[in-house]
Order: sequence, then structure tokens, then C-alpha cells
Amino acid sequence: MYSASDLRKGLKIEMDGVPYDIVEYEFYRPGKGQAMYKCRIRNLLNGNVTDKTFREVDSIGQPDLEEREMQFSYNDGEHFVFIENRTYEQIMVGAEVVGEQKHFLAEDMTVKVLFHNGRPITIALPSYVEKRIVVTEPGARGDTATNVTKMAKLDTGFEVGVPLFINEGDTIRIDTRTGKYSERVAKK
Amino acid sequence: MENQDVQQPVPAAPPGGPLRQPPASALAPFLPVLELRSRVLQAIRGWFVEHGFVEVETPVRLAAPALELHVDAEPAGDHFLRTSPELHMKRLLAAGAQRIFQLGPCFRRGERGRLHNPEYTMLEWYRANATYADILLDTKLLILAVARAVKGTTDLTYQGRPLLLAPVWERLTVAQAFLEYAGWDPVQRYDAARFDFDMVDKVEPKLPREVPVILTDYPAAAAALSRRKPGQPEVAERWELYLAGVEIANAYSELTDPVEQRARFADHARQRAAAGKPVYPLDEEFLADLAHLPPAGGIALGVDRLVMILADLATLSDLLPFRE
Repeated sequence: MYSASDLRKGLKIEMDGVPYDIVEYEFYRPGKGQAMYKCRIRNLLNGNVTDKTFREVDSIGQPDLEEREMQFSYNDGEHFVFIENRTYEQIMVGAEVVGEQKHFLAEDMTVKVLFHNGRPITIALPSYVEKRIVVTEPGARGDTATNVTKMAKLDTGFEVGVPLFINEGDTIRIDTRTGKYSERVAKK
Repeated sequence: MENQDVQQPVPAAPPGGPLRQPPASALAPFLPVLELRSRVLQAIRGWFVEHGFVEVETPVRLAAPALELHVDAEPAGDHFLRTSPELHMKRLLAAGAQRIFQLGPCFRRGERGRLHNPEYTMLEWYRANATYADILLDTKLLILAVARAVKGTTDLTYQGRPLLLAPVWERLTVAQAFLEYAGWDPVQRYDAARFDFDMVDKVEPKLPREVPVILTDYPAAAAALSRRKPGQPEVAERWELYLAGVEIANAYSELTDPVEQRARFADHARQRAAAGKPVYPLDEEFLADLAHLPPAGGIALGVDRLVMILADLATLSDLLPFRE
């Protein structure tokens, strides 16, 4: 258990069996009253953010969390299979946990898998991945403006806005946290 | 653009060596705030001198800090750093002082946040033969005088919203505020845990921000060192000032009954011990002098927070250059 004075930004806590991470934290003591710890917390299972105020006397659950580096192996349609290279342990992660990140996964990509009570609850990809464009309108040669975009499709089917000079077959870098184009890394 | 290739004439070194440029420093942005703060301190001192108050200095290291339920003192060797100069200032009143004020550092262990720092500057003043109503009048005049002196106006803006220091200060009793914003009356039935919690979560966020707010007449159980209201003993003569929703000052008609004071200290000692918190020794000299204390009004005002509001800064971190 944590006591309220352990609370700080980034600490992971548990309430009613749900793990949360503290995204904002503020100490406050009214007048002659008791200390309060005003927190904004994010549900690690569904990403929802709520406000929660803890009192000095509250004791707060400590979640059983473990983060492991694993490599993406394959997607069997229902599950995403990851392997820990050192132990060859294989785990299956549900599509609801992977979510939109499925578009950026590639075979052998190293990701961080967060386990809660032994169950995978989130995966964290590298911040940037490189992907090849399979469909887009022909590029406008010499147009280096980056503020005008057109749609392009990755081999995973994901659609991303790219600058006009990008061509089919080009490889681009995408920010996995936003799903947005970052830069071109290779021309066809 | 300056052409880098053209040789600029080198200015002659001034007598006494070359001019020294201040080094780029993270402290530099704080200099205008320190200047404003200096003018606030001067305006405060000017107001008190003008109104016949004597500035006093009392010990910062105490053997026996006030035994309050939720205020923790920072140990300093075999003493403690003061959480407030209150007990010593009341002893001066008991000795016959009429109007005294003090500006100086106070310390509260473990308090750190947007509105808290473990070390801060407190303004306290006391009037003999007065009540919290007299202190409220002082406070209005002082705040208006300070705003005029440093801002040239009493119409302020804080974080994009107007804050009009004159002419109206909104007065709400704690019972009114709780009934309105939290749906229950802590004067009728006090619940310590719920009181503080709802104060922070429900009441304070809803207080008007465009004008100063006086939250007054606390439940007797939250009296701290204030006296019960004559004829209405279920409430204590205590008020708090809020500016833009930020708690600025806490005022009392002072408790002058040594028997009740000793009982409150004992109750706090018992509750602190039960919560595993340090229990400070009783200040027996204070309790002995309390018998000679005339009716008195007093107040503690957080100077850092007041400057923060006047300087339109969001947090104490923007105010205190050497914050840890």
C-alpha cells in the first residue's frame, strides 16, 4: 500500500482492482484543515482520465505491474503474438489492447508490454516507425511544402496525411503516439 | 543584420576595468517579481505604521510550536521552526501591547504545491480590545492600499479574469457556502473528514472569483485558536479571505480562555498521537499569559500568495527564485 504522501506524478496506483497512473498531482491543505492530494489519474485499462482527491489518512493500493520488452511475432486474426527473445516465452495480446497501434507493428519489432496481475494491458511501440507507402497520388515534383497534404495508404491499410512530394514506394517515418507523418526517410 | 566581417571599433574600457555583463541566469526572470514584492512589503509596513501599529520580531526557533491538528513543524535541532508567530505575539498582547504586526518567515513541514511552500513569508497582526470584525476592516483597508501602491488600481486581472478589490467583498458564512455548494450544513452536524474534503473539492472551487470573498463563522469544531461566537456557541469567530479563489488570510476573535485553550491543545495532542504524528510540548508560558490576554482580534496573511495574485502569476514557482 502507498500512503498519500507517496503520491507523485507518474506513480501507478490501484483502486477497485483497476490500475491508474497519476498524470497530475497537487498538494493542498485548506486553512487549518488536513492535507489533500488532488490528482488527475488515467485508467491504464481504457485510458479514461478522471480527478481524484486523496486525504492524508487514505491508504492507496499498489498495483502488481511488470513491464517486459518483447518482440512482435504475428497476428492470427484474433490475437497478436509476442515473444520474449531471451526465454522464448510467447504471449497472446487481444486486439482491444493493441488497438490502433496494430497499423504500426512490424515483425520482430521490440515493444514494451505492461502486465497487470500477469495479464497484458498495454503495449508501447517505439515513438517512431518507418513505413512504406503503397497507395497515393503521384507526387508533385519540386513541391516541398509540408503544410499541404494528401492521403496515403500504408501496407497495413492505415491512412495518413503526407506532403505532396511523397510517392508510392517511398518510406516515411510516423509518430506512433499521434499517427501523424513525421518525415520521408527513403525515396523509391 | 550586422555585417560580421566589418571590424567594429573597440570601445575604450571604462575606468576601473571593462564593463561586466551579468551572466545568463535562471534567476533573471525573477527580478521584476522581486521588485514588485519589495514594493508590496514597503506598502504593508507603511500602512501599519500609519495606523499606529508597532512592528515586532519574535523567535523563529521555538521549543514549543502551536499544537495544531494538521500543521506540522519542521524540527531544528532540539527546537522547531515556527509555523506561526501567533503564541509569542499573543504574549505581547497579554503584556499590554495594543496594536502589533510582524512580517517574517514561517515553516510548515511537507507542504509543497502550487500554493504551498515549506518556507514562506507570513504577515500577522493583532489588536487588543478588538474582534474579527475590526480585523476585517483592517484587512480591507490594507489590501486596497497595497493594490493602489503597487498596481495603481484596485481593478486587477488574475489569470485572465477580473478581480475587483473594491467596493464589494462578498461575505458567506461557512453554513451558507456548504449548503449551497456541498449540500449539507457542517454547523448543524460536523464531520471532520467530510468538512475538509468538501471544502477542497466542492466549496472552494465554486467561490466567486471576481470579488474578494470572506468565508466566515466556522463550525466550533474547526475553531482552531478562535473563540466561540457570543450567543451562537455552535460557530467560531473565524473568517478566511479568498482572492480569485485562493485562500489568503485566516482571522480570529482570539480565544482568551486558558482552560478551553488547554483542552483544545490536549485534544489535538491526543488526535496527533493517534495518527502517529509528532506531539509538541505545551507552551506553558503562553498558557499562563493567556489569562491576561484582553479580548483581541488577530490574523495571519500569506504574503507570497498575495504577491502571486498581484503579480498575476499562476503558481508560487513563478514567484520564488530559489525554490527547491
